[in-house]
Amino acid sequence: MNSQVNSTPDYNPSELLICTAARLMVDHTTAVIGTGLPMLAASLAQKMHAPNLVTIFEFGGIGAIIDQLPTAVGGQRSFHRAVYAAGLSEVFETAQRGFLEYGFIGGAQINPYGDLNSTVIGNYAHPKVRLPGSGGANDAASHCWRTIAIMNHDRRRFVEQVDFVTTPGFLGGPGRREAAGLTPGTGPYRVVSNLGIMGYHHESKRMMLLATQPGVSVAQVLENTGFELLLAEPVEENPPPTQEELRILRDEVDKDRLYI
Amino acid sequence: MEVIDSGIGKLIRPPDLNAFREWNRQKPKGLVDKRMTEAEAVSQFVHDGDYIGTELYGTVRCPMSLVYEIIRQGKKDLIVAGQGVLELDMMLAAGLVGALDLTYIGLEVYGVSNPLRREVESGRIETVVDWSNAAMAWRFKATAMGVPFIPVRSMLGTDTLKYSAAKVVKDPFTGDPICLVPALILDVGLIHVHRADKFGNAQIDGISGFAAEMARSCKRLVLSTEQIVDSEELRSHPNRTIIPYFLVDAVVEAPFASHPGEMCYVYQRDEALIKDWVKAAEDLATSRAYLDKYVYGVKNHQEYLDLIGADRLQSLRQGVNHE
Repeated sequence: MNSQVNSTPDYNPSELLICTAARLMVDHTTAVIGTGLPMLAASLAQKMHAPNLVTIFEFGGIGAIIDQLPTAVGGQRSFHRAVYAAGLSEVFETAQRGFLEYGFIGGAQINPYGDLNSTVIGNYAHPKVRLPGSGGANDAASHCWRTIAIMNHDRRRFVEQVDFVTTPGFLGGPGRREAAGLTPGTGPYRVVSNLGIMGYHHESKRMMLLATQPGVSVAQVLENTGFELLLAEPVEENPPPTQEELRILRDEVDKDRLYI
Repeated sequence: MEVIDSGIGKLIRPPDLNAFREWNRQKPKGLVDKRMTEAEAVSQFVHDGDYIGTELYGTVRCPMSLVYEIIRQGKKDLIVAGQGVLELDMMLAAGLVGALDLTYIGLEVYGVSNPLRREVESGRIETVVDWSNAAMAWRFKATAMGVPFIPVRSMLGTDTLKYSAAKVVKDPFTGDPICLVPALILDVGLIHVHRADKFGNAQIDGISGFAAEMARSCKRLVLSTEQIVDSEELRSHPNRTIIPYFLVDAVVEAPFASHPGEMCYVYQRDEALIKDWVKAAEDLATSRAYLDKYVYGVKNHQEYLDLIGADRLQSLRQGVNHE
C-alpha cells in the first residue's frame, strides 16, 4: 500500500475506473451497458476473464462482441457479431421479464441509497444545469437484478440528497422499492469510483465502503463523500490495474484513445 | 382503478384513439407512388406547432436530410418527442422547439447538449416533461396497439415519474402498484431506412431502435431512404419489411441522409464533422454559423452532399464494417 502512496501510479483515473468495473463483469451473464466507460469495461472484460459476457445495448444490440469500441449505444459496433439485433422495446421488455442480471450506468449525483440524478442540477422548473435526462438509466435500474453505478467521487456527486431522482436506487430506505412497485430483489449492487468500491448494507440499504482504490485512504474517501458512509469490516484495498489489463485496454480496447 | 399517484408534468397531447382511428380510416390505402423531395415532403407534411418525432437518433440512422430541411423551412413552435443527439441539438439551436417530451438529449461521449441547456435554463422552453427511454417507446407502443395507455414497471418511485404525466394505479388484478404511461400520437414522424419502394414499404438493417413503434403512432410519416428499390425485391422477403406502405405519406430517396451520423453496413459516422458541431454548439453564434454553412447555405440535400464532397463521403463508405 505504502509503495503506491508516494509513487505516481502508471495509470490514470479513467483507466482505474474501467479496470475496476470490468472485474465486476461476470462471464456468461447478461449486462446492460450504458454509454461511455461501461462500454470500455465490457470490452476489456470480454478480452480478459469474461469472453461470454452478453452485452445488452438499449437500442437493440444483444450479445455483441465488442471488437471496436462503440461511440454510440445505437451504433453498428453495439451489435457487431451480436446474437440478436432487436429494438429498444424488446431490450427493456426483456429486462422487465427478469432476464437481465446487471446494469452498468452513470449519473451526475448519487445519494446514500444509490438513487441517481442525471436530469437537473437545481430546481426542476428553473434548473441551474439541464442535464441530458434519464435515457435508459431509469429502465435499467428499475428492471436489472443488480445495478452498478460508475462515478467520479467527490462531495458534489456523492450527496445526502440528489436534486432529482432520475433513476431508482433503494429510494431512501429498505422496502421502498417494493412499496413503489419494483420487483423484490432488484436494486443497487455496487458503486465503482476513482476512490473506492461501495456496496450497500443488507438491512439499512445505505452505501458502505467495501474497498479503497490503490493508495487511497479511508479518510480520503470519507472526506470526498457528502454523506455518512458506512464502513465494511475490514475495508479491503482494491488491487491496482495489472500490466495485462492496462496493455489490453490501451492497445486493444481503446487504441485510438477516445476515452482514456 | 384506484389512482395512487399522478405525475405533475403536462400531458402535452391527450391521446384521442377514436380520432386516430378516423384519421387512419381516411388515409389512402392504395399503392400509389409517394416519392418526392425533402422540400416537398416537409412543406406538405410538417407544419408549425406540430408534434414531431425522429428516429433513431442523431448519430445513428437519423433522418438528418429531413431535419435540415425542417430547419431551412423554419418550421417553428415544434413539440418534440425528445430522444436525440445531433438532430434535436440542431433544431434547438435553430430555435424551432417550443415544448419537449424528453428522455435524453445529449451527445453521448461528447457530453451534455449545450443548445438544450440554453433553451431550458433560460426559460425559453417552458414545457419540458421527462420520461424514461423505455417509457417513451412504450407510449408509442400503446398507440401502435391502438390503446390509450400501457402498464409498465419503469419510472416507479422516482422524480422521473413525479415530473412526467404518468400515473400510478393499483393493479385491479393483483393490487400491486403499476405505472401507466399514456399513448403518444405524433402529428408527424421522420424515419430513415436502408431501403424502401416508391409506395413506402421499408426495411431496416441492424437494430431497429423504436422505428416499428413510432411508425405506427404518427398521423403522418415521412420516410427517407438510402435507396429506392423495386417492390419485387421487398416482396421477395416480406418478413424483412418493418414499415408497411399504408403508414407512409412520403418517400424521399436520400443517400447519406444520416450524415454526419452513421448508417450501419453502409457508411461510418463522420467523426470530424460531429466534433465540429459539438464545438460549434457551445455557443449560439457559432452554432448558427455552422447551420449557416451546412443547412441554410445549401438549397437541398444534393448541395449538402456536394459541400461535404464525394471523396469524403466515399471514405466513410470504405471504412464501414460489413459484419
